[in-house]
Amino acid sequence: MPKEIDREELRRMVAAGAQLVEVLPAEEYAEDHLPGAINIPLRRIDAEGTNGLDKTRAVIVYCWDVA
Amino acid sequence: MSPRAAWRLESLGFGEVYEYKVGKLDWLAAGLPTEGTNAQKPRAGTLARKDVPTCHLDERLNEVRQRAQSAGWNAAIVVNSERVVFGLLRAKELAGDGGQLISHAMRPGPSTFRPYVLAAEMAKTMVDHKLESSPLTTSDGKLVGLLLQKDLVELTGDKSS
Repeated sequence: MPKEIDREELRRMVAAGAQLVEVLPAEEYAEDHLPGAINIPLRRIDAEGTNGLDKTRAVIVYCWDVA
Repeated sequence: MSPRAAWRLESLGFGEVYEYKVGKLDWLAAGLPTEGTNAQKPRAGTLARKDVPTCHLDERLNEVRQRAQSAGWNAAIVVNSERVVFGLLRAKELAGDGGQLISHAMRPGPSTFRPYVLAAEMAKTMVDHKLESSPLTTSDGKLVGLLLQKDLVELTGDKSS
């Protein structure tokens, strides 16, 4: 079950090597994204779209807000 | 959107999935740096006047007027002890009867904006809505500073409308 984290936990985890993924559309990612985040829009999260991610490491996903 | 993404990743065999639920909005609201085409553009927060005078509901207008004017301001922002914005005193309100309480003199519930909005977008909004000044607040309503239209126009050159 995915775990919810806050901003400080995110910073600690990314510093420790977690992978950070923005799931918003590419245009929104291009304008602003968190440092070090890669972009995999929600509709592209499948076996092929996640090829670049390491399944043995933590992954953090985010979008705009809770909506 | 991110809960669905997180669950989908788990279904694909990712064992350690986390969700930063409050997302990019929370990050920007905290004033943290970003990457991307907007990253280097000025934002409202960088232009906000942080030295705007503040006052409380139970003060008298003449005291606040004196304090604001001696600091070179013709505006003041009404806050509580947590710096949550309750109202705004522009030149018109500051010129009122000095004996009245700020709670009566203020313009209550002013529109507020967030510090991460791009300066160019704020310039357009303020010019279009004829706002000479607007308080910037955090998402929980606490004062960041007062944004002046003239500062934005100087920076962006937006005098449209």
